Amino acid sequence: MTLIATDALTKRYPNGVAALSDLTVDVEPGIIGLVGANGAGKSTLIKILLGLLPPTAGRVRVLDLDPATDAGAVRARVGYMPEHDCLPPDLAAAEFVTHMARISGLPKTAARERASEALRHVGLYEERYRQIGGYSTGMKQRVKLAQALVHDPDLLLLDEPTNGLDPAGRDAMLMLIHRIGTEFGISVVVCSHLLGEVERICDSLVAIDGGKLLRADRVSAMTEARDVLVVEVAEGTDELVTRLSGLGLRVDREGRALLVPLSDDGTYDAILGAVAALDLPLHSLDQRRHRVAELFATRSPNGSQEAANVG
Amino acid sequence: MSADTGVSSQTGVIHDIGYQRYTGERLGRAYSARSLYTHGLRTSYGLGRSAKAKIFPWIVVGIVGLVAVVVTAVRAQSGEVVMTYWGFTEAMATLVILFLAVTAPELVSRDIRGGVLPLYFSRPLTRTDYPLAKYAALVSATFLLLAGPQLFMFIGGAFTLDRIGDVWSEFVDFSKGLSASAVYAVAFSALAILVSSLAGRRAVAAALVVALFLVTTPIYGVMAGVAFSGAADGGMPTGDSLRMLQLGGLVSPMTLVAGVVQWWYPPIEEIEQYGPLFGGPDGPLYLGVTAALVAVSLLLLLLRYRKVAR
Repeated sequence: MTLIATDALTKRYPNGVAALSDLTVDVEPGIIGLVGANGAGKSTLIKILLGLLPPTAGRVRVLDLDPATDAGAVRARVGYMPEHDCLPPDLAAAEFVTHMARISGLPKTAARERASEALRHVGLYEERYRQIGGYSTGMKQRVKLAQALVHDPDLLLLDEPTNGLDPAGRDAMLMLIHRIGTEFGISVVVCSHLLGEVERICDSLVAIDGGKLLRADRVSAMTEARDVLVVEVAEGTDELVTRLSGLGLRVDREGRALLVPLSDDGTYDAILGAVAALDLPLHSLDQRRHRVAELFATRSPNGSQEAANVG
Repeated sequence: MSADTGVSSQTGVIHDIGYQRYTGERLGRAYSARSLYTHGLRTSYGLGRSAKAKIFPWIVVGIVGLVAVVVTAVRAQSGEVVMTYWGFTEAMATLVILFLAVTAPELVSRDIRGGVLPLYFSRPLTRTDYPLAKYAALVSATFLLLAGPQLFMFIGGAFTLDRIGDVWSEFVDFSKGLSASAVYAVAFSALAILVSSLAGRRAVAAALVVALFLVTTPIYGVMAGVAFSGAADGGMPTGDSLRMLQLGGLVSPMTLVAGVVQWWYPPIEEIEQYGPLFGGPDGPLYLGVTAALVAVSLLLLLLRYRKVAR
């Protein structure tokens, strides 16, 4: 099944700004990172997916439904967490999330039960009867996530879910999203301008810039065969380079460290063997995964500047 | 596996039952709108909200209720009908405005300011359902504010009647009062909700609502003053002055709606003394203008919600 499919999707605002131009992408279920700089068209895409904005041209399907003509059916099965503040301060979280569940069509009792459950899953069970106005930023983000989750959607659209959070809060939120995507069986689209953040939890990435698609692929495909081993020795670096080159390995220098592309487990053995043969004091031998940002940068020469900013 | 359960039962571990998919019923758009309506009605009276949110609506309820109690008590003691049911509605108009100035911003401005609208519009509810559900909630809340005390007056009045047959005519009067309350609720709520939807801050919205109703009323006062200044002492204006007096009520929502009610249920004594100020031959005009005002307000409200939170 295709989760989201767009075909030459274009959105021009009345003031002439083209927010999306000719965007064609197919997304499989899973956790999807939608990355791009601010103003790249992420929020516009989300609004089109929700049927809140009509596309100027092109086609779009969400969960095999057309949001332009079947918006109600799409919205019943999608949960949306907006980027900005969207919570009434003078309601208790439990009351608010229950209300939102009912607006999504859940009967009264089910709404109350699911609201408690949703708040438990985001870690606010104890505090659920407190007024939202007294919550910290992190807790508010969790309430926003809970209201998107409460009606058990098939797809969650999260717009900058880590906005305004401290590093610990970011990690906790990302772990939570990862859990929702893997354990709960709900597909998630995470919008972010921080590529490094979402690449950790996503199955696939869609990068857009200036309303155009930069690249869309599975994270595994992007990082495949691109991992490198970082070798650091206290002395005799030059000899090691000669030796490894002699073994047919491509060696790059990065400061005092050596980078060797990791083709298979044999690479490890070759390096360890070389170090042992030369009797060098080995400092470290680490596997480093290529940052996906670099892949975007190398992939599209004309968009490299923006892609670098994205990371 | 069996070892696991053995351990957990011994130590009393609470199992995380994990996430469970919802397999129950999903009700449609109509249910969503109904839920929003119920929530709005409760919000109007501060139910399910903090104690602070209850203060103002219930002060107004208290005053309106108190008037009804006094009217009923006087009638029970002296047998004299101090106020007709529709006269009660008219007399409470200012309090209705106060009530609307508190509840209308509570219903719509709060959602605009809090940025809650995107959460509603990303659900099956549409941009038409939302304002109409809120309007319906406000109309109902306002109607209840008037109808509740009127019901009290009716029950209290029915007990003071000598003959059981009089209960029917009392009930007819009661229904007339309810219809007057309904006109006030429908017309005033439409204006109040439109004005409130233009402001995000509750205080600003409240001020706008009060201004809309109360600032236009003196205009009628001035027109009436001018009309009467040309008349003989203690007499009625005649000719053009009378015409101005009769049509002047159209400029303010207060006198406009009062005109409709007075056309339906003429205040007897005043007719004998002065002749009809409102109503009479102009009654249909007053009703027509009221209906047009409601229609235009709702149309503008819907247009407003096409644009907001895009």
